[in-house]
Amino acid sequence: MPQAFEELHWRRDISLKDYLLPETLSQALQMLREYKGRARIIAGGTDVIVALRRCDYTVDALVDIGRVPGLGLIEQQGDNIVLGALVTHAQTEASALVREKAGLLATACGAVGSPQIRTIATVAGNLVSGQPAADASIPLLALDARVAVVSTDGERTVPLSDFFLDVGKTVVDPTREILTRIEFKALGSNQGGCSLRLSKRKALSLPMLVCSVVVTVDDAKNAITEAAIALGPVAPTPFRSRLVEDVVKGKPATLETLHEAAERAYAYCSPRDSLLRGSCDYRQEMVKVLVKRGLRRALEDAGCVL
Amino acid sequence: MSLNISFKLNGEAVEVAVEASTLLIDLVREKLGLTGTKAGCREGECGACTVLVDGKAYSSCLMPAIKVQGREVTTIEGLRKPDGSLHPLQEAFMDAGAAQCGFCTPGMIMNAAALLSNNPNPDEHEIRKALSGVLCRCTGYRKIVEAVKAAAAANQS
Repeated sequence: MPQAFEELHWRRDISLKDYLLPETLSQALQMLREYKGRARIIAGGTDVIVALRRCDYTVDALVDIGRVPGLGLIEQQGDNIVLGALVTHAQTEASALVREKAGLLATACGAVGSPQIRTIATVAGNLVSGQPAADASIPLLALDARVAVVSTDGERTVPLSDFFLDVGKTVVDPTREILTRIEFKALGSNQGGCSLRLSKRKALSLPMLVCSVVVTVDDAKNAITEAAIALGPVAPTPFRSRLVEDVVKGKPATLETLHEAAERAYAYCSPRDSLLRGSCDYRQEMVKVLVKRGLRRALEDAGCVL
Repeated sequence: MSLNISFKLNGEAVEVAVEASTLLIDLVREKLGLTGTKAGCREGECGACTVLVDGKAYSSCLMPAIKVQGREVTTIEGLRKPDGSLHPLQEAFMDAGAAQCGFCTPGMIMNAAALLSNNPNPDEHEIRKALSGVLCRCTGYRKIVEAVKAAAAANQS
Protein backbone atom coordinates (compact mmCIF):
# COMPACT_ATOMS: atom_id res chain seq x y z
CA MET A 1 0.00 0.00 0.00
CA PRO A 2 1.45 3.42 -0.82
CA GLN A 3 2.71 5.13 2.29
CA ALA A 4 0.57 8.25 1.81
CA PHE A 5 -2.55 6.10 1.66
CA GLU A 6 -1.61 4.25 4.84
CA GLU A 7 -1.01 7.51 6.67
CA LEU A 8 -4.50 8.69 5.74
CA HIS A 9 -6.03 5.48 6.96
CA TRP A 10 -4.88 5.06 10.50
CA ARG A 11 -6.81 2.68 12.61
CA ARG A 12 -9.73 4.47 14.14
CA ASP A 13 -9.58 2.70 17.46
CA ILE A 14 -6.72 2.09 19.78
CA SER A 15 -6.06 -1.32 21.23
CA LEU A 16 -5.62 -1.48 24.96
CA LYS A 17 -6.49 -4.04 27.63
CA ASP A 18 -6.16 -2.03 30.85
CA TYR A 19 -6.24 1.59 31.95
CA LEU A 20 -4.81 1.99 35.43
CA LEU A 21 -5.21 4.90 37.84
CA PRO A 22 -2.52 4.80 40.54
CA GLU A 23 -2.93 7.09 43.55
CA THR A 24 0.79 7.34 44.34
CA LEU A 25 4.08 7.37 42.49
CA SER A 26 5.22 4.07 43.99
CA GLN A 27 1.93 2.44 42.95
CA ALA A 28 2.49 3.72 39.42
CA LEU A 29 6.03 2.31 39.31
CA GLN A 30 4.81 -1.01 40.70
CA MET A 31 2.14 -1.22 37.98
CA LEU A 32 4.75 -0.60 35.27
CA ARG A 33 6.87 -3.31 36.80
CA GLU A 34 4.04 -5.84 36.85
CA TYR A 35 3.42 -5.34 33.15
CA LYS A 36 7.10 -5.97 32.33
CA GLY A 37 7.43 -3.45 29.53
CA ARG A 38 3.85 -3.84 28.25
CA ALA A 39 2.54 -0.76 30.07
CA ARG A 40 3.34 2.86 29.55
CA ILE A 41 2.81 6.13 31.42
CA ILE A 42 0.09 8.50 30.22
CA ALA A 43 -0.39 12.07 31.52
CA GLY A 44 -2.17 14.45 29.13
CA GLY A 45 -2.22 11.77 26.45
CA THR A 46 -2.09 14.02 23.41
CA ASP A 47 1.00 12.25 22.06
CA VAL A 48 0.32 8.79 23.52
CA ILE A 49 -3.17 8.42 22.02
CA VAL A 50 -2.00 9.48 18.57
CA ALA A 51 1.01 7.14 18.79
CA LEU A 52 -1.19 4.21 19.81
CA ARG A 53 -3.55 4.84 16.94
CA ARG A 54 -0.65 5.06 14.50
CA CYS A 55 0.83 1.91 16.08
CA ASP A 56 4.14 3.70 16.64
CA TYR A 57 4.19 1.39 19.65
CA THR A 58 1.71 -0.98 21.27
CA VAL A 59 1.02 -1.62 24.94
CA ASP A 60 -1.34 -3.71 27.03
CA ALA A 61 -1.97 -1.01 29.61
CA LEU A 62 -1.70 2.70 30.21
CA VAL A 63 -0.81 3.95 33.69
CA ASP A 64 -2.44 7.37 34.15
CA ILE A 65 -0.46 9.50 36.62
CA GLY A 66 -3.09 12.28 36.55
CA ARG A 67 -4.23 11.54 40.11
CA VAL A 68 -0.78 11.27 41.69
CA PRO A 69 -0.48 14.16 44.17
CA GLY A 70 2.43 16.61 44.20
CA LEU A 71 3.27 16.48 40.49
CA GLY A 72 1.34 19.59 39.44
CA LEU A 73 3.40 22.35 41.02
CA ILE A 74 5.24 25.27 39.45
CA GLU A 75 7.40 26.83 42.12
CA GLN A 76 10.62 28.60 42.90
CA GLN A 77 13.02 26.71 45.16
CA GLY A 78 15.99 28.95 45.93
CA ASP A 79 17.44 30.05 42.59
CA ASN A 80 15.62 27.30 40.72
CA ILE A 81 12.24 27.03 39.09
CA VAL A 82 10.68 23.58 39.39
CA LEU A 83 7.93 22.19 37.17
CA GLY A 84 6.19 18.98 38.22
CA ALA A 85 5.46 16.22 35.74
CA LEU A 86 1.79 17.17 35.40
CA VAL A 87 2.33 20.86 34.65
CA THR A 88 0.67 21.66 31.32
CA HIS A 89 1.75 23.96 28.53
CA ALA A 90 -1.17 26.30 29.34
CA GLN A 91 -0.16 26.53 33.03
CA THR A 92 3.45 27.23 32.05
CA GLU A 93 2.40 29.88 29.52
CA ALA A 94 0.18 31.58 32.13
CA SER A 95 2.53 31.25 35.14
CA ALA A 96 3.60 34.68 36.42
CA LEU A 97 6.78 33.08 37.80
CA VAL A 98 7.79 31.50 34.48
CA ARG A 99 6.89 34.61 32.49
CA GLU A 100 9.05 36.77 34.72
CA LYS A 101 12.01 34.47 35.31
CA ALA A 102 12.07 32.32 32.15
CA GLY A 103 9.93 34.17 29.62
CA LEU A 104 11.33 32.20 26.70
CA LEU A 105 9.74 29.00 28.06
CA ALA A 106 6.34 30.69 28.49
CA THR A 107 6.50 31.95 24.89
CA ALA A 108 7.39 28.53 23.51
CA CYS A 109 4.70 26.73 25.53
CA GLY A 110 2.09 29.18 24.22
CA ALA A 111 2.85 28.20 20.62
CA VAL A 112 2.19 24.46 20.91
CA GLY A 113 -0.75 22.98 18.99
CA SER A 114 -3.99 24.59 20.03
CA PRO A 115 -5.56 25.92 23.25
CA GLN A 116 -7.34 22.56 23.71
CA ILE A 117 -4.01 20.69 23.45
CA ARG A 118 -2.12 23.12 25.68
CA THR A 119 -4.76 22.75 28.40
CA ILE A 120 -3.97 19.06 28.87
CA ALA A 121 -0.57 18.33 27.26
CA THR A 122 2.24 18.33 29.83
CA VAL A 123 5.69 19.86 29.41
CA ALA A 124 7.24 16.66 30.82
CA GLY A 125 5.38 14.66 28.17
CA ASN A 126 6.72 16.98 25.49
CA LEU A 127 10.23 16.05 26.63
CA VAL A 128 9.63 12.30 26.99
CA SER A 129 8.07 12.09 23.50
CA GLY A 130 11.51 13.13 22.28
CA GLN A 131 10.47 14.71 19.01
CA PRO A 132 13.08 16.87 17.27
CA ALA A 133 10.50 19.66 17.01
CA ALA A 134 9.23 19.49 20.61
CA ASP A 135 8.53 23.15 21.36
CA ALA A 136 9.23 23.12 25.09
CA SER A 137 12.47 21.14 24.83
CA ILE A 138 14.33 23.88 22.96
CA PRO A 139 14.00 26.70 25.55
CA LEU A 140 14.58 24.17 28.35
CA LEU A 141 17.84 23.13 26.68
CA ALA A 142 18.88 26.78 26.47
CA LEU A 143 18.00 27.16 30.16
CA ASP A 144 20.31 24.23 31.04
CA ALA A 145 17.39 22.34 32.59
CA ARG A 146 17.77 19.08 34.48
CA VAL A 147 15.11 16.44 34.93
CA ALA A 148 14.47 13.93 37.71
CA VAL A 149 13.65 10.40 36.58
CA VAL A 150 12.38 7.77 39.01
CA SER A 151 12.08 4.01 38.72
CA THR A 152 11.78 1.22 41.25
CA ASP A 153 15.60 1.39 41.40
CA GLY A 154 15.55 4.97 42.70
CA GLU A 155 15.89 8.49 41.36
CA ARG A 156 18.45 9.99 39.01
CA THR A 157 18.98 13.51 37.73
CA VAL A 158 19.78 13.98 34.06
CA PRO A 159 20.89 17.22 32.37
CA LEU A 160 18.65 17.88 29.39
CA SER A 161 21.74 18.09 27.15
CA ASP A 162 22.23 14.33 27.76
CA PHE A 163 18.52 13.51 27.56
CA PHE A 164 17.65 13.18 23.85
CA LEU A 165 19.03 10.11 22.07
CA ASP A 166 17.27 9.94 18.70
CA VAL A 167 13.93 10.75 17.05
CA GLY A 168 11.30 9.69 19.60
CA LYS A 169 13.93 8.27 21.94
CA THR A 170 15.19 9.72 25.22
CA VAL A 171 16.98 8.36 28.28
CA VAL A 172 13.57 7.81 29.91
CA ASP A 173 12.02 4.42 29.34
CA PRO A 174 8.28 5.18 29.79
CA THR A 175 7.53 1.50 30.32
CA ARG A 176 9.72 1.49 33.44
CA GLU A 177 10.42 5.06 34.54
CA ILE A 178 8.65 8.36 35.27
CA LEU A 179 9.98 11.85 34.67
CA THR A 180 8.79 13.59 37.84
CA ARG A 181 10.39 17.03 37.79
CA ILE A 182 11.97 19.62 35.50
CA GLU A 183 14.32 22.11 37.12
CA PHE A 184 16.26 25.11 35.83
CA LYS A 185 17.81 28.31 37.13
CA ALA A 186 15.66 31.43 37.05
CA LEU A 187 17.19 34.11 34.82
CA GLY A 188 19.16 36.72 36.75
CA SER A 189 19.36 40.49 36.24
CA ASN A 190 22.36 40.24 33.89
CA GLN A 191 20.69 37.55 31.79
CA GLY A 192 18.18 37.63 28.96
CA GLY A 193 16.28 35.08 26.94
CA CYS A 194 14.27 34.67 23.78
CA SER A 195 12.50 31.87 21.94
CA LEU A 196 11.54 32.19 18.29
CA ARG A 197 9.38 29.92 16.19
CA LEU A 198 8.97 29.74 12.44
CA SER A 199 5.80 27.97 11.31
CA LYS A 200 3.36 28.03 8.43
CA ARG A 201 0.47 29.29 10.54
CA LYS A 202 0.12 30.98 13.91
CA ALA A 203 -1.91 28.09 15.34
CA LEU A 204 -2.31 24.34 14.86
CA SER A 205 1.04 24.06 13.16
CA LEU A 206 4.22 22.14 13.72
CA PRO A 207 7.30 24.33 13.87
CA MET A 208 9.61 24.57 10.86
CA LEU A 209 12.28 25.92 13.21
CA VAL A 210 12.55 26.83 16.86
CA CYS A 211 15.51 28.79 18.21
CA SER A 212 15.94 29.57 21.91
CA VAL A 213 18.68 31.76 23.31
CA VAL A 214 19.83 32.62 26.82
CA VAL A 215 22.66 35.13 27.23
CA THR A 216 24.62 36.33 30.23
CA VAL A 217 26.30 39.75 29.97
CA ASP A 218 28.80 41.66 32.08
CA ASP A 219 27.65 44.25 34.62
CA ALA A 220 28.25 47.10 32.17
CA LYS A 221 26.01 45.26 29.66
CA ASN A 222 28.69 45.58 26.99
CA ALA A 223 30.02 42.05 26.58
CA ILE A 224 28.58 38.56 26.31
CA THR A 225 30.04 36.36 29.04
CA GLU A 226 27.92 33.24 28.41
CA ALA A 227 25.50 32.14 25.70
CA ALA A 228 23.23 29.15 25.28
CA ILE A 229 21.69 28.58 21.85
CA ALA A 230 19.31 25.67 21.27
CA LEU A 231 17.83 24.63 17.95
CA GLY A 232 15.24 22.25 16.55
CA PRO A 233 14.08 20.57 14.37
CA VAL A 234 17.26 20.61 12.33
CA ALA A 235 18.75 17.32 13.49
CA PRO A 236 17.38 14.02 14.90
CA THR A 237 17.22 15.61 18.36
CA PRO A 238 16.93 19.16 19.70
CA PHE A 239 20.48 20.32 20.34
CA ARG A 240 22.74 23.04 21.70
CA SER A 241 24.80 24.84 19.09
CA ARG A 242 28.03 24.88 21.12
CA LEU A 243 30.03 26.13 18.16
CA VAL A 244 28.00 29.33 17.87
CA GLU A 245 28.00 29.71 21.64
CA ASP A 246 31.81 29.69 21.55
CA VAL A 247 31.81 32.23 18.73
CA VAL A 248 29.93 34.81 20.79
CA LYS A 249 31.33 34.09 24.26
CA GLY A 250 33.58 36.91 25.44
CA LYS A 251 32.68 39.11 22.48
CA PRO A 252 31.16 42.59 22.68
CA ALA A 253 27.37 42.78 22.49
CA THR A 254 27.34 44.34 19.05
CA LEU A 255 25.74 43.74 15.67
CA GLU A 256 29.13 42.59 14.31
CA THR A 257 29.16 39.76 16.83
CA LEU A 258 25.64 38.78 15.76
CA HIS A 259 26.70 38.73 12.09
CA GLU A 260 29.59 36.47 12.96
CA ALA A 261 27.29 34.13 14.91
CA ALA A 262 24.76 33.98 12.06
CA GLU A 263 27.46 32.96 9.57
CA ARG A 264 28.32 29.90 11.67
CA ALA A 265 24.77 29.17 12.76
CA TYR A 266 24.01 26.17 10.64
CA ALA A 267 27.03 24.16 11.65
CA TYR A 268 25.84 20.69 12.69
CA CYS A 269 22.31 21.46 11.43
CA SER A 270 21.20 18.74 9.04
CA PRO A 271 17.51 19.40 8.39
CA ARG A 272 15.70 17.08 6.01
CA ASP A 273 13.84 18.32 2.98
CA SER A 274 10.27 18.19 4.25
CA LEU A 275 6.95 19.05 2.64
CA LEU A 276 5.72 19.91 6.11
CA ARG A 277 8.65 21.92 7.37
CA GLY A 278 10.30 23.31 4.24
CA SER A 279 13.42 22.42 2.30
CA CYS A 280 16.84 21.86 3.79
CA ASP A 281 18.25 24.87 1.90
CA TYR A 282 15.52 27.19 3.12
CA ARG A 283 15.83 26.11 6.71
CA GLN A 284 19.61 26.40 6.69
CA GLU A 285 19.19 30.01 5.60
CA MET A 286 16.47 30.62 8.18
CA VAL A 287 18.59 29.17 11.00
CA LYS A 288 20.98 32.08 10.41
CA VAL A 289 18.12 34.56 10.60
CA LEU A 290 16.66 33.09 13.76
CA VAL A 291 19.99 32.77 15.58
CA LYS A 292 20.82 36.39 14.83
CA ARG A 293 17.36 37.66 15.76
CA GLY A 294 17.22 35.44 18.85
CA LEU A 295 20.61 36.64 20.09
CA ARG A 296 19.63 40.23 19.50
CA ARG A 297 16.36 39.94 21.41
CA ALA A 298 17.99 38.00 24.24
CA LEU A 299 20.66 40.71 24.56
CA GLU A 300 17.99 43.41 24.59
CA ASP A 301 16.13 41.39 27.22
CA ALA A 302 19.33 41.40 29.29
CA GLY A 303 19.40 45.18 29.08
CA CYS A 304 21.98 45.66 26.31
CA VAL A 305 21.56 48.46 23.82
CA LEU A 306 22.67 47.36 20.35
CA MET B 1 -11.26 -4.45 30.84
CA SER B 2 -14.63 -2.85 31.25
CA LEU B 3 -14.99 -0.20 33.92
CA ASN B 4 -17.99 1.71 35.23
CA ILE B 5 -17.48 5.44 35.30
CA SER B 6 -19.82 8.11 36.56
CA PHE B 7 -19.78 11.75 35.58
CA LYS B 8 -22.11 14.62 34.83
CA LEU B 9 -23.05 15.01 31.18
CA ASN B 10 -24.84 18.20 30.24
CA GLY B 11 -26.04 18.60 33.81
CA GLU B 12 -27.27 15.04 34.31
CA ALA B 13 -25.56 12.27 36.24
CA VAL B 14 -24.47 9.41 33.97
CA GLU B 15 -23.11 6.00 34.87
CA VAL B 16 -21.77 3.99 31.99
CA ALA B 17 -19.43 1.07 31.29
CA VAL B 18 -16.40 1.93 29.16
CA GLU B 19 -13.46 -0.07 27.84
CA ALA B 20 -9.85 0.84 28.63
CA SER B 21 -9.50 1.94 25.02
CA THR B 22 -12.70 4.02 24.75
CA LEU B 23 -12.08 7.64 23.83
CA LEU B 24 -14.39 10.37 25.08
CA ILE B 25 -15.55 11.25 21.57
CA ASP B 26 -16.75 7.70 20.89
CA LEU B 27 -18.40 7.43 24.29
CA VAL B 28 -20.33 10.64 23.67
CA ARG B 29 -21.25 10.02 20.03
CA GLU B 30 -21.80 6.30 19.87
CA LYS B 31 -22.65 5.04 23.32
CA LEU B 32 -24.55 8.10 24.53
CA GLY B 33 -25.91 9.12 21.12
CA LEU B 34 -24.91 12.78 21.22
CA THR B 35 -23.69 13.24 17.65
CA GLY B 36 -23.43 17.03 17.79
CA THR B 37 -19.74 16.61 18.68
CA LYS B 38 -17.92 15.96 15.39
CA ALA B 39 -14.96 13.70 14.69
CA GLY B 40 -12.84 15.56 12.16
CA CYS B 41 -9.23 14.41 12.19
CA ARG B 42 -9.05 12.23 15.31
CA GLU B 43 -5.56 13.48 16.03
CA GLY B 44 -6.09 16.83 17.74
CA GLU B 45 -5.41 18.88 14.63
CA CYS B 46 -8.86 20.27 13.77
CA GLY B 47 -10.78 21.05 16.97
CA ALA B 48 -14.19 19.88 15.68
CA CYS B 49 -14.49 17.42 18.59
CA THR B 50 -14.07 20.04 21.34
CA VAL B 51 -16.12 19.49 24.51
CA LEU B 52 -15.94 21.19 27.89
CA VAL B 53 -14.68 19.27 30.90
CA ASP B 54 -15.16 21.23 34.12
CA GLY B 55 -15.67 24.31 31.95
CA LYS B 56 -12.42 24.04 29.97
CA ALA B 57 -12.16 23.13 26.28
CA TYR B 58 -10.54 19.78 25.41
CA SER B 59 -10.15 17.69 22.26
CA SER B 60 -12.40 14.71 23.00
CA CYS B 61 -10.66 12.62 20.31
CA LEU B 62 -7.47 12.50 22.39
CA MET B 63 -9.05 11.94 25.79
CA PRO B 64 -9.49 8.47 27.24
CA ALA B 65 -13.10 8.31 28.49
CA ILE B 66 -11.92 7.13 31.92
CA LYS B 67 -10.36 10.56 32.49
CA VAL B 68 -13.82 12.18 32.92
CA GLN B 69 -14.68 10.04 35.96
CA GLY B 70 -16.23 12.38 38.54
CA ARG B 71 -16.04 15.41 36.29
CA GLU B 72 -18.55 17.56 34.45
CA VAL B 73 -18.75 17.25 30.66
CA THR B 74 -20.64 19.66 28.43
CA THR B 75 -21.24 19.00 24.74
CA ILE B 76 -22.90 21.25 22.18
CA GLU B 77 -26.25 19.64 23.13
CA GLY B 78 -25.80 20.86 26.71
CA LEU B 79 -25.53 24.56 25.88
CA ARG B 80 -29.29 24.82 25.45
CA LYS B 81 -31.03 26.37 28.44
CA PRO B 82 -33.36 24.17 30.52
CA ASP B 83 -36.41 25.77 28.87
CA GLY B 84 -35.13 24.56 25.50
CA SER B 85 -34.09 27.97 24.17
CA LEU B 86 -30.71 28.26 22.50
CA HIS B 87 -27.48 29.62 23.99
CA PRO B 88 -26.68 33.21 22.88
CA LEU B 89 -23.74 31.82 20.88
CA GLN B 90 -26.01 29.45 18.96
CA GLU B 91 -28.43 32.34 18.24
CA ALA B 92 -25.56 34.58 17.18
CA PHE B 93 -24.07 31.94 14.83
CA MET B 94 -27.44 31.65 13.09
CA ASP B 95 -27.97 35.41 12.89
CA ALA B 96 -24.47 36.08 11.54
CA GLY B 97 -24.56 33.21 9.04
CA ALA B 98 -21.44 31.88 10.76
CA ALA B 99 -21.90 28.28 9.59
CA GLN B 100 -21.16 27.15 6.05
CA CYS B 101 -20.79 23.36 5.88
CA GLY B 102 -21.27 23.37 9.66
CA PHE B 103 -18.79 20.64 10.54
CA CYS B 104 -16.51 22.87 12.60
CA THR B 105 -19.41 24.80 14.17
CA PRO B 106 -19.79 22.72 17.36
CA GLY B 107 -16.03 23.03 17.97
CA MET B 108 -16.12 26.79 17.35
CA ILE B 109 -19.09 27.26 19.66
CA MET B 110 -17.66 25.14 22.48
CA ASN B 111 -14.35 27.01 22.42
CA ALA B 112 -16.23 30.31 22.33
CA ALA B 113 -18.40 29.16 25.25
CA ALA B 114 -15.28 28.37 27.30
CA LEU B 115 -13.94 31.83 26.47
CA LEU B 116 -17.12 33.73 27.34
CA SER B 117 -17.53 31.95 30.67
CA ASN B 118 -14.11 33.25 31.77
CA ASN B 119 -14.05 36.50 29.86
CA PRO B 120 -17.55 37.84 29.14
CA ASN B 121 -16.31 40.79 27.10
CA PRO B 122 -13.36 39.63 24.97
CA ASP B 123 -11.68 41.76 22.31
CA GLU B 124 -11.13 40.49 18.78
CA HIS B 125 -7.62 39.25 19.51
CA GLU B 126 -8.84 37.23 22.49
CA ILE B 127 -11.66 35.76 20.40
CA ARG B 128 -9.28 34.75 17.60
CA LYS B 129 -6.88 33.23 20.09
CA ALA B 130 -9.67 31.23 21.74
CA LEU B 131 -10.81 29.95 18.33
CA SER B 132 -7.29 29.28 17.09
CA GLY B 133 -7.64 25.56 17.83
CA VAL B 134 -10.48 24.97 15.39
CA LEU B 135 -10.04 24.80 11.63
CA CYS B 136 -12.85 25.90 9.31
CA ARG B 137 -12.17 24.40 5.89
CA CYS B 138 -14.81 26.68 4.35
CA THR B 139 -12.59 29.50 5.71
CA GLY B 140 -15.57 31.44 7.06
CA TYR B 141 -13.66 32.85 10.02
CA ARG B 142 -14.80 36.46 9.73
CA LYS B 143 -18.45 35.72 10.39
CA ILE B 144 -17.56 33.28 13.15
CA VAL B 145 -15.60 35.99 14.98
CA GLU B 146 -18.48 38.44 14.42
CA ALA B 147 -20.93 35.93 15.86
CA VAL B 148 -18.85 35.53 19.04
CA LYS B 149 -18.66 39.33 19.39
CA ALA B 150 -22.42 39.57 18.95
CA ALA B 151 -23.04 36.84 21.54
CA ALA B 152 -20.76 38.63 24.03
CA ALA B 153 -22.64 41.87 23.42
CA ALA B 154 -26.00 40.13 23.84
CA ASN B 155 -24.79 38.70 27.17
CA GLN B 156 -23.78 42.17 28.33
CA SER B 157 -27.08 43.84 27.53
